[in-house]
Amino acid sequence: MFDTVPARGWRAKLGSGLVSVGTAVLAIFWAIPVLWAIVASLRPANNPLGRGDIWFSFPLTIENYTRAWSLAPFGLYYRNTFIIVGMILGVQLVTITLAAFAFANYEFGGKRGFFFFILLQMMIPTTALLAPNFSTIRQLGIFDTRLAVAIPFFGSAFGTFLMRQAFLGVPRDLVDAGVIDGCNWHQLLRNVYLPPSIPTLIAFGLSSVSFHWNAFLWPLIITNSDESRPLTAGLVRFTQLGEIGAQWSLLTAATLMVIAPLFIAFLLFQRRFIQSFMHSGIK
Amino acid sequence: MTNIAPSVRKQDVSGIPIPETGNRRRLNPLPYLLILPTIFFVALFTVWPTLLAIYQSFFRQRLNILKFRDPTFIGLENYQTLLTDERFLRVLQNTFYYILGTVPISILLAFLFALLLNRKVRGVGFARLGFFYPTIMPLVSAATIWMFFFTPDYGLFNSTLQLLGYSGPQNWTGNPDLALLAIMIVMVWKNAGFYMIFYLAGLQSLPTDVFEAAAIDGASSWQMLWRIAFPLLRRTTLFITTIAFIGAFREVDHIFVLTKGGPSRASTVLLYHLWQVRFENQDVGQAAAITVILVAVLLIFTISNFVVSERGGSDDV
Repeated sequence: MFDTVPARGWRAKLGSGLVSVGTAVLAIFWAIPVLWAIVASLRPANNPLGRGDIWFSFPLTIENYTRAWSLAPFGLYYRNTFIIVGMILGVQLVTITLAAFAFANYEFGGKRGFFFFILLQMMIPTTALLAPNFSTIRQLGIFDTRLAVAIPFFGSAFGTFLMRQAFLGVPRDLVDAGVIDGCNWHQLLRNVYLPPSIPTLIAFGLSSVSFHWNAFLWPLIITNSDESRPLTAGLVRFTQLGEIGAQWSLLTAATLMVIAPLFIAFLLFQRRFIQSFMHSGIK
Repeated sequence: MTNIAPSVRKQDVSGIPIPETGNRRRLNPLPYLLILPTIFFVALFTVWPTLLAIYQSFFRQRLNILKFRDPTFIGLENYQTLLTDERFLRVLQNTFYYILGTVPISILLAFLFALLLNRKVRGVGFARLGFFYPTIMPLVSAATIWMFFFTPDYGLFNSTLQLLGYSGPQNWTGNPDLALLAIMIVMVWKNAGFYMIFYLAGLQSLPTDVFEAAAIDGASSWQMLWRIAFPLLRRTTLFITTIAFIGAFREVDHIFVLTKGGPSRASTVLLYHLWQVRFENQDVGQAAAITVILVAVLLIFTISNFVVSERGGSDDV
């Protein structure tokens, strides 16, 4: 655990080996729910799981995926999730960059007060305010639209905070040089502040995408049709369809379809993902 | 024309504050415009709803009962009803158990995982993946997978328990004594790997010379762990406790899939109850009062935590 002194002697080696075995056992234990779901999703429908027969059944088949896809409009759900997540991220990147730039670069009256005001969003999770926000969305007349799912998250205290930190790390000399060279404010932002802060922006982007890809409760109450419903709400609807019952192969297939895109992205950019989550305590 | 030059410099187009020579300060509107969008959305979806909830909590308004459809002022009655309502007290109790049963265990597991992974041996990457992957899936997907995992009779969860000598009831999500526990198990499984990465980062930033000195002094691994590493990671632990606590209030999605709060409210926690009151009972006033209580608890917790962490801030790792 503390690799300051290399393991010496058979006892130390045995201890180290035992720790490795324990780690492997725990990790497999943690992975089994999903591994078993993958197994179940590949079983043919005419040979369901049963007592004593819970692993593979040959031939493996992907018919559960195609059937799940045809039983509920998953294509539509995918499109909605993509649009909602993209809309939130697109707006957030603009709002947080501008606000963070203001807080990092300018002195202005009420600066601390405004900053605290924005940080309130980190202290009161938007989910807790679902009842009054529902009324607001109703009054705005956008109930049951993708915009309604996305709009409460267009401003991000966390993102503003994160980008401000990144901007404050930009050397003041560099900023002064930019000013002397006659940069106006958006040139200053684009050419001086943003380039070294791109990694922070990406980290924020990843945590925003995965957070909103996974959100369920707000989309559940604010959507009422397949035209605006994202994947998570669609999946729960699917599990409650009468004709699905306890057809585990179908359920697991649908679940894995919902998880897959983010999971593949995670495997490709594992390091980036983990770093972005580390940044993102309060998402 | 040459007279203009100095004043042009003072109102630099970039809006960068330039040391004022005279006492003539011009208000630069640019920073206000830049923060305006964020301020607008925070005001509309965080501050306004909080105020609206406080206001609505003083009124009786039930949308599904005709004579109560229009709000009537009733003072503190919503709060009085709540605090004498046995169902609500049950919900508070459940929430308390839910926090107590998930937060400390997730954190301890997270610390254990981080210790196990903080070694330079092959295969650590795979183990990290195994612990972390539940973090990036939706809680509702985790719930459907666990619904399958919990299946009575042939479900892998029960089969494994039986192998270990368990002979109790198998219908975890349908049993009043086990439903809340089932909800907690999914939560711990999902979040331990998330908290782990903070400990991993913390462990990797610890000064190694302290451990070398301790090793020379003959300290055992166990002593190093509890006497040195854990205290040095105090701030990390405080941070994880904060997000885990807020998470326990916020994350109720799996309840919709696994138990729907039942049986007979055995697994209903605060936010789920709020959803039921507002969207099943259509009771706007009552829901507003619950919102106010929820927001107050969260604010008290985050602010007091902030105060504590600021006080002990000098020995940051």
